[in-house]
Amino acid sequence: MSMLRTEEMTLNMGPQHPSTHGVLRFVIRTDGEVMREAIPDVGYLHRSIEKIAEKVGYHGFMPYTDRVDYVCAMFTNQAWGMACEKLAGVEVPRRGEYCRVIAAEFNRIASHLLTVGLMGMDIGAMTPFVHALREREMINDLIEELCGARLTFNYMRIGGVAWDLPPGWRDKALAYLDHLEPIVNEFNALFSYNKICIERLAKVAAIGPADAIDYNLVGPNLRAAGVNWDVRRDLPYSVYPEFDFEIPLGSGEWGAIGDAMDRYMMRIRELTQSARILRQALTQIPDGPVLAKVVRNFKPAAGECQVRVESARGDQGWYVVSDGTSYPWRVHVRTGSFAAMGMIQKLSRGLMIADLVVLIASLDVIAPEIDR
Amino acid sequence: MEAWLNRLMMRGVFGAHPIPVLVYASGIAIACALVLFAIALPFASIVTWVERRVWARIQSRIGPNRVGPNGFLQWLADGLKHICKEDIIPAEADPRLFKLAPYLVVLAFILPWAVMPFSSSLILADLNVGILYMTAVTALTVVGVLMAGWASNNKWSLIGGVRSAAQVVSYEIPAGLSIFPVVLMTGTLSMQGITRAQGWSPDRWFLFASPFCFAAAIILFVASLAENNRTPFDLPEAESELVAGFATEYSSMRYLFFFMAEWGNMFVSAAIIVTLYLGGWRFPHVSPSPIAMNLLEFATFNIKVLIIVFVSMWIRGTLPRVRIDQMMSLCWKYFVPIAFVNLIGTAVWVAIWPAGNPFAAWSMLAVGVLLAAFFVRRVVHFARRSRMELYFHPTI
Repeated sequence: MSMLRTEEMTLNMGPQHPSTHGVLRFVIRTDGEVMREAIPDVGYLHRSIEKIAEKVGYHGFMPYTDRVDYVCAMFTNQAWGMACEKLAGVEVPRRGEYCRVIAAEFNRIASHLLTVGLMGMDIGAMTPFVHALREREMINDLIEELCGARLTFNYMRIGGVAWDLPPGWRDKALAYLDHLEPIVNEFNALFSYNKICIERLAKVAAIGPADAIDYNLVGPNLRAAGVNWDVRRDLPYSVYPEFDFEIPLGSGEWGAIGDAMDRYMMRIRELTQSARILRQALTQIPDGPVLAKVVRNFKPAAGECQVRVESARGDQGWYVVSDGTSYPWRVHVRTGSFAAMGMIQKLSRGLMIADLVVLIASLDVIAPEIDR
Repeated sequence: MEAWLNRLMMRGVFGAHPIPVLVYASGIAIACALVLFAIALPFASIVTWVERRVWARIQSRIGPNRVGPNGFLQWLADGLKHICKEDIIPAEADPRLFKLAPYLVVLAFILPWAVMPFSSSLILADLNVGILYMTAVTALTVVGVLMAGWASNNKWSLIGGVRSAAQVVSYEIPAGLSIFPVVLMTGTLSMQGITRAQGWSPDRWFLFASPFCFAAAIILFVASLAENNRTPFDLPEAESELVAGFATEYSSMRYLFFFMAEWGNMFVSAAIIVTLYLGGWRFPHVSPSPIAMNLLEFATFNIKVLIIVFVSMWIRGTLPRVRIDQMMSLCWKYFVPIAFVNLIGTAVWVAIWPAGNPFAAWSMLAVGVLLAAFFVRRVVHFARRSRMELYFHPTI
């Protein structure tokens, strides 16, 4: 065999590639089907969103936050709202907070449905993807009734939300939750517990708890590694302390703790937990106004603040510096996908090309959130 | 067809001179080839429509329903669209091989139709090595695919082509070994001979002849999925990994050729399974008229084949794709040893019961019916429990 001259092949995956979830690029060094390394190259979706904030003012920036992570835009809306309220000391009405949580948790379900569906498509099964999108469409319908948009919502405002729940919406939302729980079981029967699916995902790219913390993973990726951390419970914000819910953790029951299967199942389990939060929120929602009085020319006092929300992709940090004018002096967003991209190079060593696709899908990397 | 030609010659229709005989014979051969071409190509195209409709139902969609009644002419529209598109040959590609590859793939899908036993008389050439010929020419596909992958001069195409070569060559072995139990039992390689050795009733199909045959038929089916690059073995064109695999650089009609061959090959491999294990065209002798009998046999054969094709579509709508190492270990660690056991077991079986064992056949049939009933019950159970409205009506 030593007589044979072999050489590494350098493959360019992306920025136009069907399974890179947007515009990502990887430079892959492979030895046949086995990868030596995959080097992520980010920046293809950089839109200077943080800089735009310095030019459009506090109120005007709200629609731009949708574009930070368009798959779960409610969380970025909420985080921006929270940051501005913290700077100016605005109190959000309780019904407004409930509306925010309801919208955000519905958005989390929609985002996780997209993630698990994309996992199906990335390992070659189209049907789970279409089924997941079918369920997501129903959430989009609900949210469309709420705020008129299906993807980039612009639902929240500084001091609350733009619109109250429409009449009859609560019953529709509860009916959807009744519909969702059997669908999750059906989805598991179709895809999650399929032998081929488990074989493909289990033991692929396992991340231990120490590595997950070192590489700054957040959200479901972190919890799949067995680290018990959720901003909704550990740094409570909004009205989350009023709800009773569990934080699912990666158990390693399919092989290694924190493998792709664990990360995938984390999303499936969070679907049920989000539904649980939603049920409580929809039944407990108080009456009252949804939007606090906020001046049109919003000028918070000079200072800085940081807020963290648990978005569908994990702990999302917003850092805002105000110099007392009507434009923020500096805004920075810290997103989970960026940290996850940093880990891909390490995890990719020794995987197969097909596993790289699984790895990207299981980390739930969304391209706009990486670059902003 | 051959027999009919011989009969005409015996009657002296062509006269005694050899030249007119040759002219007539080649004329008839060309006519037959054209007829087969005219059956095979539309079949492969119509299957694309059927598959998209079936797939859409599985995914609670509606599927193409605009062109023609229920979208039936979608295949024609797609074909026209592909012909009208620009045929791009990449500057870095090897143009000769690049152009040749789709023809080889289509050739590999057209040639098997020559020995396709549609009914007792409808067969172009009942070769005495029919089944061997069939496996030999279908294996040509891999040459075309590998050629396409190599000539495209694209790394994704190359990986797709090499994957295809590894996959098809590996799965040829269990597929070939699963053909031999039937050959052992019948002592013939001719497609008609094998069909005639079975009866119209399921207890006289080779599927139920012995437990070894049952296992061999299942291995043959799975291996045929792998040979045709069908899900769960569609690695050579794995969209999410390799863009479009070996077909990445192809466009226009050449691209369509690959996929037409893939869909057509579904029919071919289903026909092999039906002929070997499911009784082929055998139908009870209900009419003295040979034309009526042939029509009934033709319908029987096609219905059986379409059921197998439908199952393969169903599998495609359900299963994810396996990884390449899993695919290889499935072949070499499980299928090849089991196929060898089947071969030896059948040899012993034939030595003990040269005329078959009716008791074993009936028991295997009972097992088969039980398995089918269990499966149907499961499907009905899930279909009833499903919260979504299911579009079973074919004409929406």
